[in-house]
Amino acid sequence: MAAGTAMEPMNRATAEKIAARELETANEEFSRVVERHRPQVFRFLLASTRDLDLAETLTQECFLKAHRNWSSFRGESSAMTWLMRIAINLQKDHWRNRRMQFWRQTRTNAVDLDEASEWLPSGESSVERQLLARERVAQVWEAVKGLSERQRTVFLLRYVEEQELGEIARATGLSEGTVKAHLSRALTRVRAELGGGR
Amino acid sequence: MRLEKRFGDRRGEPAERDRQAEPDASETGELALEQALKDFRMSVCAWSEAAYSRPRTAARVVRQRSWRLAAGWALGLALVAGGVSGAVFERHQRQQVARAAAEQRLVQERQRLIREQQAREEEEDLLAKVDRDVSRQVPSAMEPLAQLMAEDEGK
Repeated sequence: MAAGTAMEPMNRATAEKIAARELETANEEFSRVVERHRPQVFRFLLASTRDLDLAETLTQECFLKAHRNWSSFRGESSAMTWLMRIAINLQKDHWRNRRMQFWRQTRTNAVDLDEASEWLPSGESSVERQLLARERVAQVWEAVKGLSERQRTVFLLRYVEEQELGEIARATGLSEGTVKAHLSRALTRVRAELGGGR
Repeated sequence: MRLEKRFGDRRGEPAERDRQAEPDASETGELALEQALKDFRMSVCAWSEAAYSRPRTAARVVRQRSWRLAAGWALGLALVAGGVSGAVFERHQRQQVARAAAEQRLVQERQRLIREQQAREEEEDLLAKVDRDVSRQVPSAMEPLAQLMAEDEGK
């Protein structure tokens, strides 16, 4: 009995130490994940919304949510896929809330397509090539603007984030077949835009 | 068959050469699409990197906003206080004016009553004086008639 009572506080102290160490390790791990994936999540949200402030806010929210649920992340998919899933859901919630608040005066900070197309690939040297590249980028933005929310998400994950179809399917919660179908429709739209622009 | 297709017959050679020199429309379209997607990706990456590394001015904005908010509140409170005190002063002034007007009306009424009373008294005095005078003096035109009456009474 006496030995049992003596052991109990020691076990508790040890358990607390172990828990503290685990927490520290988890925090360090999460910090590394933030450092590695934050720019990518931000880029995806920026391309999706074309709104700097909104993209920053949603990125913050995404990592806050991820931090709260980090203990429940079991590593079935990659951390990036898991984060993208959170980001997609946050974006969906944001647009849904805005639609619900249609009676309120809402302000959008989304930049227009011309401004978004100003950013050029750095490799284009001559003025003519730069103009051509800018025109092509503007045409793709125009096509992206006309896509449905789901098609746009799938398109950006594939052609900006360069994710595999399986990863996209896991991030969006769709089947691979549906992802392929969305991609095909999105590409048809981009092709049409590029063909019309020429 | 495969060879024919590969090398072609002599009549078909120029056309085949043309096709090899100029890629067909679908191939050109695919190349253009590929290039456009590549440019698009690079453009988005450049934009995102620039936006990601831009200096954040959130603290400054917050401070400016809080300063503006405080100034707005102060101005609003000053306006409300000014409005309320103005309304109270105006009400007080009106009450004083109304009280003064009521007092003046009362004085005027009292004066009117006094004047009326005086006029009535004067009129009564005048009538009483007239009565006294009329009873003491007989008009000269009636004097012969009065003498006749006195003689009749003597008989």
